[in-house]
Amino acid sequence: MQELWEGLVQAVQLIVRLDPEVVEISLRSLYVSAAAILIAALFCVPAGGMIHFHEFRGKKVLINVIQTFYSIPTVVVGLFVFLFISRAGPLGGLELLFTPGAIIIGQVILILPILTGMIISALNGVDKSIKDTALSMGASGSQAIWTIIGEARFAVVGALILGFGRAISEVGAAMMLGGNIRGYTRVLTTAISLETQRGDLVLSLALGIILISIAMVVSVIVNVLLQRY
Amino acid sequence: MPILRTVNLEQRAGSARLLKNINLEVERGEVFIIVGPTGAGKTTLLRLLDLLDAPYAGDIYFDGRKATGPDVNVMEVRRRMAMVFQKPVVFNTSVYDNIAYPLKVRGVANSIIRSRVGELLEICGLSGLGKRRAKTLSGGEAQRVALARAVITGPTILFLDEPTANLDPASVKTIEDLLAGFNRRDSLTVVMTTHDLQQVQRLAQRVGVLMQGELVQAGTPREIFHSPGDIRIAGFMGIKNILRGIITRQEGGMAVVEVKGRVIEAVSELPAGAPVDIYVRPEEIVLSLQELRGSARNTLAGTIISIGLEGPLGAVVLDCGFRLEALVTARSAVEMALQPGQAVYATIKATAVKVLPALENAA
Repeated sequence: MQELWEGLVQAVQLIVRLDPEVVEISLRSLYVSAAAILIAALFCVPAGGMIHFHEFRGKKVLINVIQTFYSIPTVVVGLFVFLFISRAGPLGGLELLFTPGAIIIGQVILILPILTGMIISALNGVDKSIKDTALSMGASGSQAIWTIIGEARFAVVGALILGFGRAISEVGAAMMLGGNIRGYTRVLTTAISLETQRGDLVLSLALGIILISIAMVVSVIVNVLLQRY
Repeated sequence: MPILRTVNLEQRAGSARLLKNINLEVERGEVFIIVGPTGAGKTTLLRLLDLLDAPYAGDIYFDGRKATGPDVNVMEVRRRMAMVFQKPVVFNTSVYDNIAYPLKVRGVANSIIRSRVGELLEICGLSGLGKRRAKTLSGGEAQRVALARAVITGPTILFLDEPTANLDPASVKTIEDLLAGFNRRDSLTVVMTTHDLQQVQRLAQRVGVLMQGELVQAGTPREIFHSPGDIRIAGFMGIKNILRGIITRQEGGMAVVEVKGRVIEAVSELPAGAPVDIYVRPEEIVLSLQELRGSARNTLAGTIISIGLEGPLGAVVLDCGFRLEALVTARSAVEMALQPGQAVYATIKATAVKVLPALENAA
């Protein structure tokens, strides 16, 4: 118990002093996961909208499949992407393995299902009368869709926060695809994993606190912004 | 030329025919009210007219041009229309942004939007509420926002689906006054549904009666209320003393109708042997303690079942072999000392008995 307390105190000191390595790892984590969520959103918001607004055969099955992939293990995603981008894989020529880009790809794939699924449920939560009203007020089809997405903005942003949380907190894909290279692909989770194994619990704790803080701060900022609009 | 016309419009849900053979004409600048009981298809019809749904069969002509079919740019036509729904629908934005919405989707300049929204906020009694989140408004206020939003583009025609059904009486009056104003000032054509017959009398220039998916009668409120086309319509219009009978004799426009063993004379051209539905307005029945001698053809003996109050009048329910409701002034009720169980005579002129061909499965 004493050790944990001392560790916490030292961890806070590391953060307050803005230890260069801690800052560097934190920023990289933020960058990689923010990029992942942005890329995923660019795909998932339109895809979720398409699935929600169109009736087609197998729609229910598709949504079920998407929901099944919510809990896909991060190491499976890591393995899958690894097979594609390793030297022998179909995308081996791009030399992406063990780069931040590889982690981003892994995290995008990891959060695609949950983000798409959550956006579909967000749109489901919007009353059908909103669409009728938008159309009868002269909106075009795409204007009406944007109006509906706007009505669902709280739930859509909630989905984005959840996706970001899953991306920044996962360790499997980041480890397998990034390789935890110091100063290049080391992110918060892989660093915590490594430092804990090496016995540097203080650094691990500091990184853990930062990880939790980032998740909280992002969520608070977004909620404050939403309340304003 | 009517601004809106439908030809054999039909709508289905699966195999159920929600609307059949709707032939409707709405004149430019009029308030046309569609009445009918719940489930008659009023909402379904308005959704077709606003081009929100495509009909199963039939056509809609708007301002002389066909508005249904594959070659029609639905959005272009719809942009000359507007619709207000029964449950007030507001977007989860400010009141200002709600009312501005139709202009924004049309790409209108912000300066014009500002002045138009300002005008409508004032007309609709929403001044000072522009910045409020629309979701926090009361039902009546929200419906006024919906109305302001619907008319901001100056549409040719406005559809309203029971716009006052969920509102308190004061809000109902506000909405009705606004509608009447838009109709008068801007010659806005208004097509609305309601099941409130008093609202019909307050607002309608013409009425269409929709029952079980069919437009069974259309005309002025006076025509509909005083000469309902059949007994179903009469019943829906709140007409009392509807009786099923059969014509036993016909003599030069005077028919003798037998109702449950009693004989009633009425003015009708229908032939002997015809099954009929007849009705008598309660205010056309004269009650007396002695049998009246006069020109009236019908005097029925009966017993009072109950006496109730209807405003300043007494509603007396008689048993004459069938149920009959009569209205008397409170004063004559006192003078005659009417009370339940008492024997009285009901006198009815032959011209006061309305005769309609009997309708299957009705009355």
